[in-house]
Amino acid sequence: MFHIYCPYCDEYREEEEFHPSGQAHLRRPADPANSTDDEWGGYLFFRDNERGVHHEMWLHAVGCRKFFNMTRNSATYEIYETYKMGERPSVTAENVGDLKRQSGVQAETSGWQTVGARPESESLNEEEQA
Amino acid sequence: MSNIKEFDCRPVSQEGAESPMAWTHQHHESRPAGPNPGVRIAEKAFLGHLILRGGAIVLDEAVRDVLGIALPGRPNTMTQNDAGTHSVQWLGPDEWLVIVPGGEEFELEAKLRKALGDAHFSIVNVSGGQTVLTLSGTNAREVLMKSVVYDVHPSAFPVGKGVTTVFAKATAIIRRPAEDHWELVVRRSFADYTYRWLLDAAAEYGVTQERA
Ligand SMILES: [Zn+2]
Repeated sequence: MFHIYCPYCDEYREEEEFHPSGQAHLRRPADPANSTDDEWGGYLFFRDNERGVHHEMWLHAVGCRKFFNMTRNSATYEIYETYKMGERPSVTAENVGDLKRQSGVQAETSGWQTVGARPESESLNEEEQA
Repeated sequence: MSNIKEFDCRPVSQEGAESPMAWTHQHHESRPAGPNPGVRIAEKAFLGHLILRGGAIVLDEAVRDVLGIALPGRPNTMTQNDAGTHSVQWLGPDEWLVIVPGGEEFELEAKLRKALGDAHFSIVNVSGGQTVLTLSGTNAREVLMKSVVYDVHPSAFPVGKGVTTVFAKATAIIRRPAEDHWELVVRRSFADYTYRWLLDAAAEYGVTQERA
C-alpha cells in the first residue's frame, strides 16, 4: 500500500482513497484546429512509459476530491514528492541521483533498479541500446 | 445578486417524511442490546445540509455574518456554535459542508446568496441526499477502527476534526464534534449499508439504536 501525502489535505492518507490519473504536465496544443495530426494525436493518445522517475496526476477521490501531482519511481515504487496542480516538480530524472547521494542513499545511475526485474537475457536489452 | 432561481425543496408539512434510514428501520428488527451496551447509534434525521464552494476569504466573511461561525480554514477541521446545532466543515480547499437544524437551510441559503452578492461561489442544498448518524459509547472508537482506514486514535483525531474517507468500502464523512461522540455523514444510497455494517461491527460490544 502507498501512504500518499495529499498536498491539499496536508496529511498522509491511505492509497485506497486515491485514484491514479495518468501522466502529469501534458500541454494542450494552444490552437487545436491548426495543430498537426502528430501534435494533436500525441496530446490525446500518446503517453510516456518511463522506467524510473515519472510525474503523474493523482486524484484524492475519497477525500478532498482534488487532483494533484506526484513524482514517483515506476520501478521501485518510491514516492519522491507530491505537489499541487500548477506547481513544478523539485525532483526530476536529471537531479534524482544527486538528491539521493546527498541523503546518503546509494543510487543507481542506470540499469535495472528493481530486484528480480532483470530480464533473463540482458544481452537483448544491450542489443536494443546499441 | 446572482441570477439564480431559488426554491424551497422542503415540504411544508414533515408528515410522512422518510429519512434515508426509513427502509432499514422498516425491514430490520432492533437487536437486543444486552445488559451493558458499549455503543449507541442514533440518527439526526432531516437536518439542513448545504454545500458551499468558492474562495475561502469571501465565504468566511459571509458565513461569519450570517451564521456567526468562522469558516474552518485548516484542512480536515470543523467549526460549530456553542450549542452544537450549526456547523461548518472543511471538505476541500474550496468546498465546505454546512449543517443546520432542519427547516433553516432555505433561509440560510438565501441570506448567504445575498451576503455573497456577485462573488464567484456556489451553494447547493443537499439535505435530501444525506443523513447524519451519531456514534457514542465506550466502544464507539473500536467500531470505527474496524470500519475505516483513517487513524481514529485521539492523538490523530482530536475533537473538531472531520474527514471524508473510505468507510467499509463506501464513502462517509467522519467527524468528531465532541469528546463523547462521533458523527457520520452518509449518502442516501449508502445509508442502509452503512447502518447495517455499524450494527454488525458493534454487535460484539452490545448496541442500542435510537430511532428518529
Ligand atoms: Zn486531499
